[in-house]
Amino acid sequence: MARPVVELVGCTRDYGGIRAVAALDLVVHEGELLSLLGPSGCGKTTTLNLIAGFVPPTTGRVRIDGQDVTDRPAHQRRLGVVFQSYALFPHLSVFENVAFGLRERRTPRAEIERRVRASLALVRLDTRAEHRPAQLSGGMQQRVALARALVYEPRVLLLDEPLAALDKKLREEMRSELREIQRSVGITTVFVTHDQSEALGLSDRIAVMHRGRVEQLGTPREIYERPATRFVAEFIGASSVLRGRATAADRVTLTGGEAVRVLGVAGLRAGEAIELAIRPERIRLAGGEEDNVMDGRVTGVVYQGLQTELTVEVGGGQRLLVFVAEPTPTALAPGQALRLHLPPDAFMRLQDSGDEVGR
Amino acid sequence: MFRLAVVLLLAFMTLPTVVVMAVSFNPTAILSFPPSGLSMRWYVNVITYPQFQRAMWNSLLVTAGAVALAMPIGTAAALALARGRVRGASIWATLLLSPLVVPGVAAGLGFLILGAALGLLRSRSVLIAAHVALVLPFVVRSVWVSVRNLDPTLERAAASLGATPWRVFRRVTLPLLRPGLLAALLFAVIVSLNEFVVSLFISTRLTEILPVAMFTYVVNYTDPSIAALSTLFILGTFLVVWLADRFLGLGHVFLHHR
Repeated sequence: MARPVVELVGCTRDYGGIRAVAALDLVVHEGELLSLLGPSGCGKTTTLNLIAGFVPPTTGRVRIDGQDVTDRPAHQRRLGVVFQSYALFPHLSVFENVAFGLRERRTPRAEIERRVRASLALVRLDTRAEHRPAQLSGGMQQRVALARALVYEPRVLLLDEPLAALDKKLREEMRSELREIQRSVGITTVFVTHDQSEALGLSDRIAVMHRGRVEQLGTPREIYERPATRFVAEFIGASSVLRGRATAADRVTLTGGEAVRVLGVAGLRAGEAIELAIRPERIRLAGGEEDNVMDGRVTGVVYQGLQTELTVEVGGGQRLLVFVAEPTPTALAPGQALRLHLPPDAFMRLQDSGDEVGR
Repeated sequence: MFRLAVVLLLAFMTLPTVVVMAVSFNPTAILSFPPSGLSMRWYVNVITYPQFQRAMWNSLLVTAGAVALAMPIGTAAALALARGRVRGASIWATLLLSPLVVPGVAAGLGFLILGAALGLLRSRSVLIAAHVALVLPFVVRSVWVSVRNLDPTLERAAASLGATPWRVFRRVTLPLLRPGLLAALLFAVIVSLNEFVVSLFISTRLTEILPVAMFTYVVNYTDPSIAALSTLFILGTFLVVWLADRFLGLGHVFLHHR
C-alpha cells in the first residue's frame, strides 16, 4: 500500500453540546482520491475542516506526512482547498486569484507569471486571466478555484462539495475533468460529497460517514456490493429488505415461506433471524430457473427510459423494488402476476452499526 | 397634487440654505432678506477674523484626531460584533450605539464634569475623545453592514492559500470592506465637523471648533459674517461629498452595500 499522507488519529470535534465527529481514525494514502460520503450533518465537512486546520479537534491528532500538524494553523499546512461556493476573491482578477498562493509564498515574479499561465491552461481558462470572477460562468469559476488550489503544488487537495452548485449536465462534465486533472497531477485528494454517484464514479476509496463516524471504508465496488451496515446499504443505491430465518449456512427461509439459497454471506448460523438486502438491478424476471424463484404481484410501475422500476409484493407482504431494463420482455402493469429470480450471490446481510454514538 | 406636495417639501427643505447664502452677500451689517445689494465684505471679514481662523484650525485637528481614532476602533468593534464571537455582544453594541440616543446636553455635561475632574479642559483631548464617542455609532454601523456581507469562506480560502492572519486581513478583509469603510469615513468627518452641542460644553476660547465659534459670534454680533461662513461651510461639505461620489463611487456605498 502507498504511504500515508493524511492521518486523523482519534479525532473528536464538539460544537457546543453536539458531537460532529466522534473518535475518528482515517488514513489517506499517497496519490489516492478518498471521498467522505454521507448525508448532511454526518460530520464530513467537519472532518475536512479538521484536516485543513480551519477548526481544531476537541481531542485527537492530525498528521500530514507523519508530522503532527494539530496545532499548526491553516496557512502553514500546504493544502489546497476548493469550496462549494468557490470562494474566489471578487476584488481580484482571475490571474490574481490564481497567483494568490504564490504571492504569499514570495515566489519570484517571472515564475508566478509562468506558473499561473500554465495552471490556467490546465483548466482551459488561459484567455480569461484578466476577467473578474463575477464575469465567469459557474463552471469556469469552479475551474479557477481548482487552478488556484493547485498552482502552488500543495501536498493535499481538499474538495468541499465542489460540484454541488453546478447544474446536472455541467456537474457530470466537471466530474470527469476533475478526475482527469487529479490523476495527471497525482495529488492526494480528499473529496467531500453527499452525492453517491459522484463518490462512486470518482473515488479510489470511499469513507461512508454517519453520525460523526466512518461506517465503512472501502473501494466503490466494496461499498456498493458489500455494504457493512444497514445505514450504508440504505444510503447508497436502492435496495429492498427481506426478513427471514437461516436454516443452514447457505439457506434462508423468508417470512413469506420461500426458501432461498444465499452465497457469499459469511457467518450464517442455522436458526438465527436475519435481514437480507438485495439491489433492484440484481433481481430478474424468472426464465426457467429452479432455484431462488418467487411469485409476486406488481403493485407499482414507473417508466424511467433506461429501465422500468417495479414494486412487487411477494410472500408475507414483503415488497421488492425491481429494475427491468427497457425494452421489457413483456408488458408490465399493476396487478400483474410475476415470477422473480433472486440470484444467490445477490444478497447482502444487514447489520446494525457496531457502536452507537453518544450525544 | 402629490407632485406639488413634494416640490413644496423640497423647497421648504432647501429654502433656509438659499436664504443664508443670499444674506451672506448683503452689503449692510444687518441680517435682512432679501439682500439690499451684492458685496463680498463679510467673506473678507470671516477669513481675516482671528477667532474663526483659530476655530477652523481646531476643527481640522479635532476632526482629524477623532476620525483617526474612531475608524480603527469602530472597524475592530464592527468586525468583532458582526462575527458574533464576543461575549455579551448585544451589550457592547448598545453601548457603542448609545451616543445616538443620549441627548447632546447630557453628554456634554458629562464630558464637562469628567474633563474638569481630569484637568483636561484646556487641551483639545476631551473634545477629541467626545467626538470619537459621537462618531463611533456611524462608523460601527457602516462597517457592520459590510462585514455582514463579507463571506467568511473567503478568509478561510486565503488562509488555506498560505496567508497569515494579518495578510488575510490586508489582502482580503480590508479590500472587501472598502465601501463600508469609505461610508464610515465620510459620515465620521461630516458628523464631527458639524458637531455643536457637546462641543459647546467642553470648549474654551482657545480650543473651540468652528460651529461653536460661529455660535459665540452670533450671540455677540448680528452682521452677515455668519451667513458667509455658513455658506463656506455648506460649500465645503458639499465639495467633500461630491468628490467622494465622483472618485470613490459613493453612490454604490449608499445604494447597495457590497
